[in-house]
Formats: sequence, structure tokens, C-alpha cells
Amino acid sequence: MSSETLEIQLIAAVVAVACALPGVFLVLRRMAMMSDAISHAILVGIAAAAIFVTEDLTSPLLIVAAAATGVLTVSLVELLNQTRLIREDAAIGITFPALFSVGVILIARYAGDVHLDTDAVLLGELAFAPFNRFEVLEYDLGPRALWVMGVILCVNVVFIAFFYKELKLVTFDANLAATLGFSPALVHYGMMTLVSITAVGAFDAVGSILVVALMIAPPVTAYLLTNRLSRMIGLSGLIGVASAVAGYWFAHHQDASIAGSMGLMTGVFFALALLFAPNRGIVAIARRRASQRWEFAQTMLTIHLFSHEGLPEAEREAHVNHLSSHLHWEPDFAQQVVRNAERRGFIRNRSGRLNLTEQGREMAQLALVK
Amino acid sequence: MKNYSDTFAIEVEDLTVAYRDQPVLWDVDLNVPAGVLMAIVGPNGAGKTTLIKVILGLVRAAAGRVSIYGQSYSDQRRLVGYVPQRGSVDWDFPTSVLDVVMMGRYGALGWIRRPGSRERRSALEALDKVGMRDLAHRQISQLSGGQQQRVFLARALVQDAQIYFMDEPFQGVDATTERAIVALLQELRAEGKTLVVVHHDLQTVVDYFDSVTLLNVRRIASGPVNEVFTETNLRLTYGGRIAFLNRTEDQPAETQNIPHVIKPAKVENDATGIGERSNP
Repeated sequence: MSSETLEIQLIAAVVAVACALPGVFLVLRRMAMMSDAISHAILVGIAAAAIFVTEDLTSPLLIVAAAATGVLTVSLVELLNQTRLIREDAAIGITFPALFSVGVILIARYAGDVHLDTDAVLLGELAFAPFNRFEVLEYDLGPRALWVMGVILCVNVVFIAFFYKELKLVTFDANLAATLGFSPALVHYGMMTLVSITAVGAFDAVGSILVVALMIAPPVTAYLLTNRLSRMIGLSGLIGVASAVAGYWFAHHQDASIAGSMGLMTGVFFALALLFAPNRGIVAIARRRASQRWEFAQTMLTIHLFSHEGLPEAEREAHVNHLSSHLHWEPDFAQQVVRNAERRGFIRNRSGRLNLTEQGREMAQLALVK
Repeated sequence: MKNYSDTFAIEVEDLTVAYRDQPVLWDVDLNVPAGVLMAIVGPNGAGKTTLIKVILGLVRAAAGRVSIYGQSYSDQRRLVGYVPQRGSVDWDFPTSVLDVVMMGRYGALGWIRRPGSRERRSALEALDKVGMRDLAHRQISQLSGGQQQRVFLARALVQDAQIYFMDEPFQGVDATTERAIVALLQELRAEGKTLVVVHHDLQTVVDYFDSVTLLNVRRIASGPVNEVFTETNLRLTYGGRIAFLNRTEDQPAETQNIPHVIKPAKVENDATGIGERSNP
């Protein structure tokens, strides 16, 4: 592996983790689409700062401007939402394209000398990231993008580590947070600033569309796999890294866009979790339903036998052939239920005449009391 | 029962809340003495939840003043526990019962400090009190409605407050849980706590509570249950819609509009002194 390949993967992995961390809270607050809004709207901040303030595209001022634009976007969406004239999804849909368009126009109109084009903003170009070096006194310290995203990752980790309790409380129950004196608005806007900073750092490397993929897909995937917030955060990071690395090699073999392949991999990992997650996956749910169906049929059978037990009609009611007509069971299904119940010792089958065992009687009684 | 003598636990003066020009609460006065177990009852849209939320600083008032033991809520928040409506949070949130209960200690911890073994211990004790200790490590999405409510109560218990506000704690819970909650409320009152509970079921007011506030945008009446919870006051609060209480088929048609024309029933309030304002 050349150092360049390694560097690209390293950058991608750092971007993925940096995005996944705030993404967890966006997903839990049901604000996933806010990442879309922020990652696009920051363009206007970057463009304005690059054109009117500094021509240096590596200036930290750009990050400040972008973060401010991100927070502005969130406030605008909330203002619109508060008018109650339009709903939040529409408010997001109105706000960020408008801001983004202004950014596009600014770049087209004024950014002749500035190296900033809309393709790069949307798609990024990870393959070129290693060429942009971070040098201090002529010492090469590695790719600039790695440093920028490394710092942003640290900021995210520190913020979440310090305010973990507050983030959890505000996300779960904002009202309680407010009554306890933790301002939900403060925590919320702190988080949105983080999302904006992460988006502006990441868009340079991977483009704004992949920012959305990396912020939302790994947390949603992790959500299906665990039911603890701390584990969800950890898993999101891992899934992000896995998507980044898998995406890189996919792109390598298919000679495709790295960012595009990484985005694809986030979708693949999500699809796998959706199908095969241990408890919440579609397969697990289907199997649980099927076993519940058998379980329920068995209970039904014991209750049926129990309620006719010792009565004159028992001879007729407790016959295996009778089950299909009385309980509306297909003959095959009835046979299978009887076999299962017999195997588990709930009933005895004497040439079609069914009798409850003591165990079966207990089961019926238990089910009736519930 | 402790006696906090001259100050009320909760004082609400001339409180008006509106969404745009639509009044939700009109000029409400309410004084809650310490140590009572009070129900707030009234029809849907009467402003019961809003009243609690204003007192807790969650909703802004258009006018009026709220105080907790004579001071503003933000100075006294450590004295106040809150049980919101069960449906107000996302029960699919990835966390455990124990974690949710420990959130009640967050206020005492303040910013940044993390809960530790002390918080854990008090959360487990509270879960014990509501009969949920065995489920401490269960994921909250696996709880029944009654269990969710118990978790919220346990969370309020660890706040170790003097005053508790509860928003419909009996909503959608089974009979066992309802009895357990009532026992818990009465135990808290016996410890001298003040409890204000938004309640829906008029049939149980007399059994469960010692005080009641009847609310329908305006405060209709407030005081001890045996003095205030009268048919007349209920009519004033609910208009003609309380036929189920006395089983008579037809209510007089004019009671429909009475809450809008008749003043709050001052007579009952003055008899107890509860409705009177402290010095304006």
C-alpha cells in the first residue's frame, strides 16, 4: 500500500468518525435532514468569506463563516417553523436551497480568482487530498485535510464527552432538561455548531452529499444494532470507518469515485443491518412472528382442550380431525401444531383423540389468567 | 405534615397565557398550601397542562406571576419535581430504565459532572419504591404503558423535591399501576410533600385527593375536595357535559354557556382562604 493510498483511507476514516458523532444526535432528534440543509447552506458562508474577506481557502475564517451560516440555517428553519404556516420538512426544503443558490451565484459571479467550484463542493475529491500538504517550516506534516478533520474530530469527541449527560437528557426529554436548568436551546445550538463545523471540514474532502451519508447512515445502522446510546455512538464510528475503507477499495477496483463508493457502502451496511440485525432486523422479526404463531396455536389448542375437558362433547371436540373445522385450521397446520404440542409434552395423542397432560393443563390455566 | 406557615408552596397571580390571540389561561389565581395532594381537573383544552408548564417555566406567560415558596421558579428549581405526560418522549430512545431514572439527579449534579454510584444507588432505591427494580436494565422500548409511568415517577422521586407536578400520571395505566401510584402519592404527602396532579377521572377525585382545582381557561374553584368538588362547581367547569356524574339524562341547556358568564365561585374559596391573594 503506498503512503498515498493509506493517507486517503486515513482521511476518509477520520471524516467518517467526525461525521458519525454529531450524526447520532441528529438521528435521535429526528433531525436527519438538517444535516442535508446545513451541509449545503454553508456554501454561502464559505463563498462569502472566500470572496469578500480572505482569498486564502485554507483560512480558519472560512470555518467560522461556515459554522455561522449553519447556525443561521437552523435558526431560519426554526423561525419558519414557529410561524406555523409551514411544517418543518417544508421549512428545511425552502431554506437551504435558497441559501445554497446564493452561494452558487456568488461563486459564479465573483470567484474568478478563487479556487472554488460547485462540483468540488458537492462531490469533493478525496483522491487529491494527499497532494495538499500541511507544512510547517518546510517540514511536511502530512495531508492538510487530515489535520483539519483530525482537529474537528477532537472537538467533536471532547464536546460529546463533556456534555454527554446534557446531550442525552436534552435529546430524550427537552422539557425535563429545561425544568432542571439545562437550556435545551443552548445544547441544541452547540450541537448545530458542531454539525456545521464538521460539514465544512468534511465537504472539502468528501463533498456535501457524502457528508449527509456519513452523518446519517452509520448512526441509523447503529440504532438498529444496539439499544444503548454509548454503544450507538461507538458503533456509528466503527460503521463509518468500515464504510470509508470498504468504499475506498470498491472505488479502487471499479475505478469509480471514492466519495460515491463510500456513500454506497454506507447504504450497503445499512441494508445489511436492516435485514440481519439481531433483534430489530427484518429477518429476526419475521422469525419471531413465525415462532409466535406456532406458540400461539399451541396455547390455543391447550385452551380449547381445557375448556371442553371432562364434558360430554369432549369426545368430539378433542379429536384431531375436529380442529380444522372448529379452529379454522388447515389440516396440515393442525397436524403440525398437534405434533409440536405432543413433543413438548402438553398433550397426549391416542389415535386422534387428544388429552391434556398436567403440564398442558397448567399452560392453559396460565394463559387464561394472563 | 410539615407546616410552612405564611408562604404558600405555589402562588400563581393573575396568570394569562395565550397562543397568539387565543387565551389558554385567563387571569388565573391559584394558591397551593404546602402538604396538599391536589388534583387539577377540567375539560380538554382547559389549560391544565399549560398551567403546569407555565409554573415550571416551560411556557411563557403573557401576564402574571408565579412563585414557589415566595421566589421565582429558577431560584427554586431544586425544590420541584416534574412528571411529564408519558407520551411526551420517544420511548424508542436507546437507553435503559436505570439511565432514565438517573436523569432525575442531573439537576443536582449540574453541568458536565457525570452520575456515579450515588446516583445509581438512589435510582435503584426509587425503582424499588415503584416496584420496577427487576427491570432496571431493560431497554425502555420494551416497557408497557404502566411501566413507563412508573419509570417517570421513579425519576421524579430521585429529584427528592418538595413539590411535585405530575401531568396525567394515570393516563393509560392498568389498575394495579393506578393503585401503586395512588399509594405512592399518599406516601409522599405523608412525608410533607406538595403534589399537584393533572387528573382526568372525576370519579376518583374524592378518593385519591384532598384538594382540587377546577379549571376551564379560568380558575373556577380551588380548595379542599369536600368543599370545592361540588356539583355546582363541576357544572361551571364542564358546562352541560357532566351528565355521567348524576345520571340524569338532560342537563339544563343554559349551563353550556355558564363558564363564560359566571365569575369564579368565590364563596367556596373564601371559606377556606385558599383562593385569596396574598398582598398585591
